[in-house]
Amino acid sequence: MTGIEIDLDIYPDEASLLQGLKRGDPEACACMIKQYAPRVYAIAIRMVNDRDEAEEVLQETFISACKNINRFEGRSALGTWLHRIATNAALMHLRKRKNREVSLDAPVEMYGGDDVYREVKDWAFSPDDHAMNSETRDMLEKAISELPETLRTVFILREIEGYSTEETANILGISVSAAKVRLHRARLRLRQSLAPYFIQPA
Amino acid sequence: MSATPVHPHQHEEDDCGRVLTHLNDYIDDKLSPELCAELEAHLAQCENCRVVFDTLNQTLYLVHQLRETPPELPETVAYRLFAVMNLQQFIPKKKG
Repeated sequence: MTGIEIDLDIYPDEASLLQGLKRGDPEACACMIKQYAPRVYAIAIRMVNDRDEAEEVLQETFISACKNINRFEGRSALGTWLHRIATNAALMHLRKRKNREVSLDAPVEMYGGDDVYREVKDWAFSPDDHAMNSETRDMLEKAISELPETLRTVFILREIEGYSTEETANILGISVSAAKVRLHRARLRLRQSLAPYFIQPA
Repeated sequence: MSATPVHPHQHEEDDCGRVLTHLNDYIDDKLSPELCAELEAHLAQCENCRVVFDTLNQTLYLVHQLRETPPELPETVAYRLFAVMNLQQFIPKKKG
C-alpha cells in the first residue's frame, strides 16, 4: 500500500492509535488500515479463495472494527482483534455460499485414508535449498487453496494464523477432535500435493 | 504400534497406521513420553514412516514462512477500501 498518503508515525504506539480510533480521527483509521490491511486481506483471500469475496471481507472487517472500536477492551493486540473479525467475516462468506461441494458441518473422515502412503518418496530437499522465493510461495499458496474447504479453514487458522487447535475449533464451531482430524488430513494432503515439486529427478 | 517391540522388516501395516494416527500429536509435541518413545522407535526402523514424517515437517516449515509473507494487497483494492471508509483524502490524486 505504498500509494496511501498517511504517515504511520502520527501514532507512535498502539495506545495512541487506539485513542485516535476511539476519538474517530480519520488519520487513526487510515493508519490502522495501512498497517493491518495486508494481513487482513491475506486471511481473507486464503480463507474464501476468491478475490472479490476477499475484498468484501476486507471492507467488512474494517467497517466493523471502526463501528465497534469502543467495545475493544485491549485484552489482545489490535492486530489479533482485527484478525478475529476478519476470520469471522470470511467464515460468514463461506457459510453463505451456495452450491458448495462440502458443508462446513459435514462429517470428517477418520485418520488414515488412502492419501497417505499412496506415494511415499523422499524429497531430497532441505529447507535451506528452498528459501521462500516467489515461486515457492505461489506453489504453496496454490496447494493450500486447493485443499477442500473443511480442511483449508482449519489448516489456515492453525498453521498460518497460529491459533491453537482449541481456538481453531472454537472459531469454527466444531469439536476439538474434529479440528485435530481435519488438521491431520490437511497436513498430509498438502504434503502429498507438494511432493512433485520437491522430488529430484533421478 | 503394537505393545510388543517391532523389529525391522517385520512390522505390520497396522503399526504404520498407528504411527500415522499419532503423528499429528508428535509434531505438535503433545504426545506422552511413552508413546513418543514408541513412535520414535518405529520411525527409526520404518523408512516409509520416516519419509512421511520428514517430508511433513518440511512442508510445515515452508507453510510457517507464509506467516511472514502475506499475499500482496493490490493497490486498487486498498484504494477502494479507503473510499468505502470515507478516507478518500488519503488516496493519491491521479496524475495528468
